[in-house]
Amino acid sequence: MKLFKAGAAAAVSVVLALTATACGGSSDKASDSGASGGAKKDKIVIGIKFDQPGLGLKNPDGKFTGFDVDVATYVAKELGYQPNQIEFKQAVSAERENLIANGDVKLVVATYTINDKRKAKVDFAGPYFVAHQDLLVRADDSSITKAEDLNKKKLCSVTGSTSAQNVKTKLAPEADLQQLPGYSECLTGLENKSLDALTTDNSILAGFAAQEKNKGKFKLVGLNLSDEPYGIGLKKGDKDLQTKVNAALKKMVSDGSWQKAVDTNFGPANYKAEPAPQITEGS
Amino acid sequence: MFDFLNSGQYDVLGAFWVTVQLTLYSAVGSLVWGTVLAGMRVGPVPLMRGFATAYVNLVRNIPLTVLIIGCSLGLNQTLGITLGGSNFKEIGFRLAVLGFIAYTGTFVCEALRSGINTVPVGQAEAARALGLSFFQVLRLIVLPQAFRAVIAPLANVLIALTKNTTVAATIGVAEAALLMKEMIENEADALFAVFGVFALGFVVLTLPTGLLLGWVSKRVAVKR
Repeated sequence: MKLFKAGAAAAVSVVLALTATACGGSSDKASDSGASGGAKKDKIVIGIKFDQPGLGLKNPDGKFTGFDVDVATYVAKELGYQPNQIEFKQAVSAERENLIANGDVKLVVATYTINDKRKAKVDFAGPYFVAHQDLLVRADDSSITKAEDLNKKKLCSVTGSTSAQNVKTKLAPEADLQQLPGYSECLTGLENKSLDALTTDNSILAGFAAQEKNKGKFKLVGLNLSDEPYGIGLKKGDKDLQTKVNAALKKMVSDGSWQKAVDTNFGPANYKAEPAPQITEGS
Repeated sequence: MFDFLNSGQYDVLGAFWVTVQLTLYSAVGSLVWGTVLAGMRVGPVPLMRGFATAYVNLVRNIPLTVLIIGCSLGLNQTLGITLGGSNFKEIGFRLAVLGFIAYTGTFVCEALRSGINTVPVGQAEAARALGLSFFQVLRLIVLPQAFRAVIAPLANVLIALTKNTTVAATIGVAEAALLMKEMIENEADALFAVFGVFALGFVVLTLPTGLLLGWVSKRVAVKR
């Protein structure tokens, strides 16, 4: 074990040294990395989710829709990029830190909750949205109104997610928790009554409930079981970019585009609108 | 770097214990099921031979993830089969074991069939000439020698099975891979360390298996 620890430490120090050198040159690199950003000039690469309706979804026709996409497009516009200069890249949860650290993407706008562990690897701008852990139930089911009602109920969440861990350790340890690979599998179970509730961030739930094929079948319970401030991830130490993105977010809220994006993406699903959060990162 | 192991938040050993349990139950089950399949494939009844051949060729070519998710979505959610479990934890575990047995059994069957081919055909003919029935020939003459010839290939299957158990995480069985997903979610600053711990855990499980069974296979091999 000792040998392994030493080996791992050595490997990590090499990685750190590499990233540190990358950061060292960032003051001049940051200004042109967006412009050069690979072979094509004048492109900005932004990491989003590809599989979450309402937030970041790649549609069959190749277009992207969702709240994160709207925010990303607006911020890119403020940074000086037209919509056709944006290249969206899939940022699955486990890879977000590395995508930023390696410079594969300039920004990550992918239901990225700001927390201290992540701040050790990347910097955030924002938050631009505060989601809460909530429950989705069948529209005609009124037996679940608070978290304690979940005990003895069949609950579904995505494997290993923070929401699933919250349920197991805090909210309802006696709930019968089924962990499935995706929200769609949970929704199938919810619809055919083998499950009673689905839990995760209300923004994600609202996005699924607002989908055309699900309209009227499910409702949000409207509990605020946790706070998940979504931030825009960017390279550690890039204060300049952080300030610019924060300014863009402020402008988005003040000129009403933010509210419009919330209404179009989450509107149809009994989602209780909240005012935009205060910017807390950086500045 | 490795503080997360001491935080008391994660039961790494417990998760690997579930992995070991999954492996052991599935290994015993697939050994039995694989032997039955092999017996059917070399047996004299055309219907059973056809069934076993079709089963092996069908099931071993289905991706394991599809098979395991099929057990959960198809058997449990849609058909309501619970295998006697009362909550998702028990049901998930049993469904996963069922899926692993169905899948790994085909590989055991094929390994065993190659072992049967190492037994000189004259022995089986001699046994038949002495008046032994098909089952007696299989049980007393052929299979004991076949098993001794295929310990090494079966060790391969067992190692593959140990690693395949990570697929059970997709239907929510709380084994090592599921804990790894949780830790990746929480420990964004130590991703490589998390991967390292789980990679090491699996090496610790599989390396001794391979070494031990390799030694056994040399000792028990039939000298011809």
